Amino acid sequence: MGKTIAEKIFDLHRVDTPAEGVEVLRIDTVFCHEITTPPAILDLIARGKDRVFDSHRIKAVIDHVSPAKDSKTALQGKVLRDWARRHQIKDFFDIGRNGVCHALFPEKGFVRPGNTIIMGDSHTCTHGAFGAFAAGVGTTDLEVGILKGVCSFHSPETIKINLTGDRGKGVYAKDVILAILGKIGTNGATGRVIEFTGAVIDAFTMEERMTVCNMAVEAGATSGICAPDMTTVTYLWPFIAEEFSSKEEALAAYRAFTADPDAEYAETVDLDVSSLEPLTTTGFKPDMVVPARELSGTKIDQVYIGSCTNGRIEDLRVVAQVIQGREVHPEVRAIVSPATPGVYGQALKEGLLEIFQSAGFCIMNPTCGACLGMSGGVLAEGETCASTTNRNFNGRMGKGGIIHLMSPATAAASAVTGHITTADAL
Amino acid sequence: MKEFNGPVLFLDRSDINTDEIIPARYLTEITREALKPHLFEDLDLPGFRPEKDIPGKKVIISRENFGCGSSREHAPWALEVNGLYTVLAPGFARIFRQNMFNCGLLAVDLSEEDCREIFQRFAGTEANCTIHFDSSTLEITSLENRLSLTFSLSKFERDLIQAGGWVDFADSRYEH
Ligand code: SF4
Repeated sequence: MGKTIAEKIFDLHRVDTPAEGVEVLRIDTVFCHEITTPPAILDLIARGKDRVFDSHRIKAVIDHVSPAKDSKTALQGKVLRDWARRHQIKDFFDIGRNGVCHALFPEKGFVRPGNTIIMGDSHTCTHGAFGAFAAGVGTTDLEVGILKGVCSFHSPETIKINLTGDRGKGVYAKDVILAILGKIGTNGATGRVIEFTGAVIDAFTMEERMTVCNMAVEAGATSGICAPDMTTVTYLWPFIAEEFSSKEEALAAYRAFTADPDAEYAETVDLDVSSLEPLTTTGFKPDMVVPARELSGTKIDQVYIGSCTNGRIEDLRVVAQVIQGREVHPEVRAIVSPATPGVYGQALKEGLLEIFQSAGFCIMNPTCGACLGMSGGVLAEGETCASTTNRNFNGRMGKGGIIHLMSPATAAASAVTGHITTADAL
Repeated sequence: MKEFNGPVLFLDRSDINTDEIIPARYLTEITREALKPHLFEDLDLPGFRPEKDIPGKKVIISRENFGCGSSREHAPWALEVNGLYTVLAPGFARIFRQNMFNCGLLAVDLSEEDCREIFQRFAGTEANCTIHFDSSTLEITSLENRLSLTFSLSKFERDLIQAGGWVDFADSRYEH
């Protein structure tokens, strides 16, 4: 019987099966940030186990609230910073060099096809875009990951989502994943791995694949995975050029993490994207998806462009294209946070920041910011935000605030008109 | 191994969720100890007074679907820092149950009849619970009453209890 990508990765990393259906895997890389890692660090200290399994295979960043906004967040940063220094974790990114974890770590070349990756963060599934098994975990699992480089999982069932058809103009990766969520629901892949396949994924850039995999968790998935191909190899080439004599050779090696033709899936979902239009969400669940034009009467108070879903350079280019020569509506607060210093620098070089600034955007430093409602754009009660983030949960951006998830293009167009607007309607 | 025996706290309601165990507003705490005074702060249960009813208790006996809601591990931690290492209920939310064992805490599935019987005979009294891992039996006693039951745990769950949780289990079992 053939195997899915997750099954192949599990086979290569399994170190133990302590109970039926429970598999302990060797973890290639443990990612850490300042919100969920400090409790793990403090517990390890309390147990007299303040050790790390391999300081080269732990990557850490202060990204959620940066710069610190109060004593509590300053302490979270300090616990992580002190720990990273104590254990000589070389790949530790502090203010000035930091950015949203799921945008920063791929950009640094830390993810490879076939890797196992864990982090105390639900959107760790983003890294599956590279053909890796990447999963968000709780504190105890993170602790064990840091200490031993292993993690236990239930044997993976995979659901295949096959994306076909031609994406219309103005329809982006974000619209595709919102359409998937609308179709399968927030429980559609609970406890399973999603393999995204089909011509649409094949044609996607790495950034687009990351946008799609990022929201796999919103369907309950443990991880979202795209098979590695030449697009993956080309993205990674600056980091792997020493390992392989040619891109073809790298591709041949990474092909090991492609599903077998006779792999068994728990379920297969087909979605033709040809008839898709720009989408957004309503309510407090990411699967409550509607065409954006149906909400065109919805007035907005804030626009937020950023996050691990849509804060990368391709996203900022789209926003710049939409707002160039236009202005942010006088009653809208528009915020853009390039997801990493690399994205920020590139946007600066391409003149995008100038476009944002002259249109009336507030340009923030790379950080999670308003996405989790802890800083940098918290909503007041009753306010509405058009956002490129991934969660519209009740209170996520501030108590009583309402979030509509959408693509950068739709968010940018909405910033101009002051109500939900698709870019083609400008 | 932890001390799993002792005085019982009866929580006579089904579906006690993780928000009732520890409200979300305390998730920003970075030490587990800080959760201690907030256990069951928002629990909706007539006559229940956390500051008076929790101290000194070691074992919780509750109804169906205990620990439903979010996957937060703060829920078992809040129990642990209060010395409550054992929960008996006719069914737990899956992730909560797993989190209990990962923390080296004990979650025992009761049958619905046993649960009903326990509440009938012991609720409102000062009861004690003793767990015998060797014979997989447990005993609930009060001044006038005594009830003995069997329970079952998987080998992996026993190993986790024995080790004191997943961190210590993994540390002793895997190389690095
Ligand atoms: S940008 Fe938002 S979703 Fe992404 S890691 Fe930060 S807080 Fe989480």
